[in-house]
Amino acid sequence: MWNRRKDEAPTPIPSSQPPAPSALAREGIPLSTLPARNPEYESPSSVGSTTSSGSASRSASIGKSVVIKGQLFAREDLFIDGEIEGAVEMLENRITVGPNGKVVAGIKAREIVVLGTIHGNVEATDKIEIRKDAKLVGDIRTVRIVIEDGAFFKGSIDIAKPEAKPLVTARPPVGAPAPTPSAPAAAVASVSDANR
Amino acid sequence: MVIEPTPSEHLRPSYGLEQLFAVLDPTGQRQVLDLGEFTQTNVTKIIGLGHRLTFEDILGMVDHVFGPGDPNEVQADVELTNQFLSSILDFEPDTFDAIFVWNTLEYMARHLVDPVVARLHRVLRPGGVMLVCFRADIREQLTVQQSFRIADTRTLSIYPKGHRQAAHLLTNRAVERIFERFGSVKFFLSRDRVREVIVRK
Repeated sequence: MWNRRKDEAPTPIPSSQPPAPSALAREGIPLSTLPARNPEYESPSSVGSTTSSGSASRSASIGKSVVIKGQLFAREDLFIDGEIEGAVEMLENRITVGPNGKVVAGIKAREIVVLGTIHGNVEATDKIEIRKDAKLVGDIRTVRIVIEDGAFFKGSIDIAKPEAKPLVTARPPVGAPAPTPSAPAAAVASVSDANR
Repeated sequence: MVIEPTPSEHLRPSYGLEQLFAVLDPTGQRQVLDLGEFTQTNVTKIIGLGHRLTFEDILGMVDHVFGPGDPNEVQADVELTNQFLSSILDFEPDTFDAIFVWNTLEYMARHLVDPVVARLHRVLRPGGVMLVCFRADIREQLTVQQSFRIADTRTLSIYPKGHRQAAHLLTNRAVERIFERFGSVKFFLSRDRVREVIVRK
């Protein structure tokens, strides 16, 4: 009387939790397409974060079992933990070579972060970060460079002058009070937003 | 084996550094080669002075090719020696106006030093200078590997990096013999028992 029969077992309550990654894999969703989420080498401004304008930045990820030969162009941030041979170009975005990443290619990007290995010349229109244990063989051309102790580098460094951006200033209406010292940046931002 | 105590990081004046920067024309862009550790400080200082900088972490290459261990044992392998020599200092002749060799030669087996110095002679321009450092106390075999960082054109910041076995310890006469193909060799003894050697082609 107290023993419940097997066919009377309670049905599981549907959960609002998302399925675990292993469950996704069983359903055939390739895990390598999911954005990388390793807090060890994700800075606050990296993959999946929001930009200063408030919109979510788009990013792509190349998993560590992926090998690509050829040219790679993108208009979104890219995280590489696999192997790439050829050329990589994303002039408006950031490229991160993860700790397992191996790139035998020239790289051009706005920002380049190196945790893995690069054999080839790298050119950043903004900044290059070379982290501890990174290995870079090739010439660097950049505006700014950040180097952590413990990286291996062989090549030359050219520091380019930043490209002069046209200065857009908001002309205050007649009779309006003069901007305070902290105001110009806000004024410029609001003008550029208004032009979108 | 005599083990040197680990000193703390410190700043000290460097006559070798002063001599080297005196040779570099501050008004023109000069080609500088750094064979030491890849550090933010040295990149910032040298490029900040307007020079073009090339890095080749030569001890990093030693470790990569030969692996860890007693340098006189692991660096004896003929095949690895050829691999190492074929992968370093592959520059056009007379490329550089100044070369920071730091203390890297102490950690290379004796049979590697001569070919490396011959290549340094080849890539240094006539009139160019090299700054090389050697331990002053040649009884120490297990030396504290130091990272040399340029604080300013007359001052070095020294960071200890832990103990590393030197391959050989050289007297002044032996150092002169290593650089005999160069025009001049000048010694400066620093307070922290390091001989700074300015070698001019």
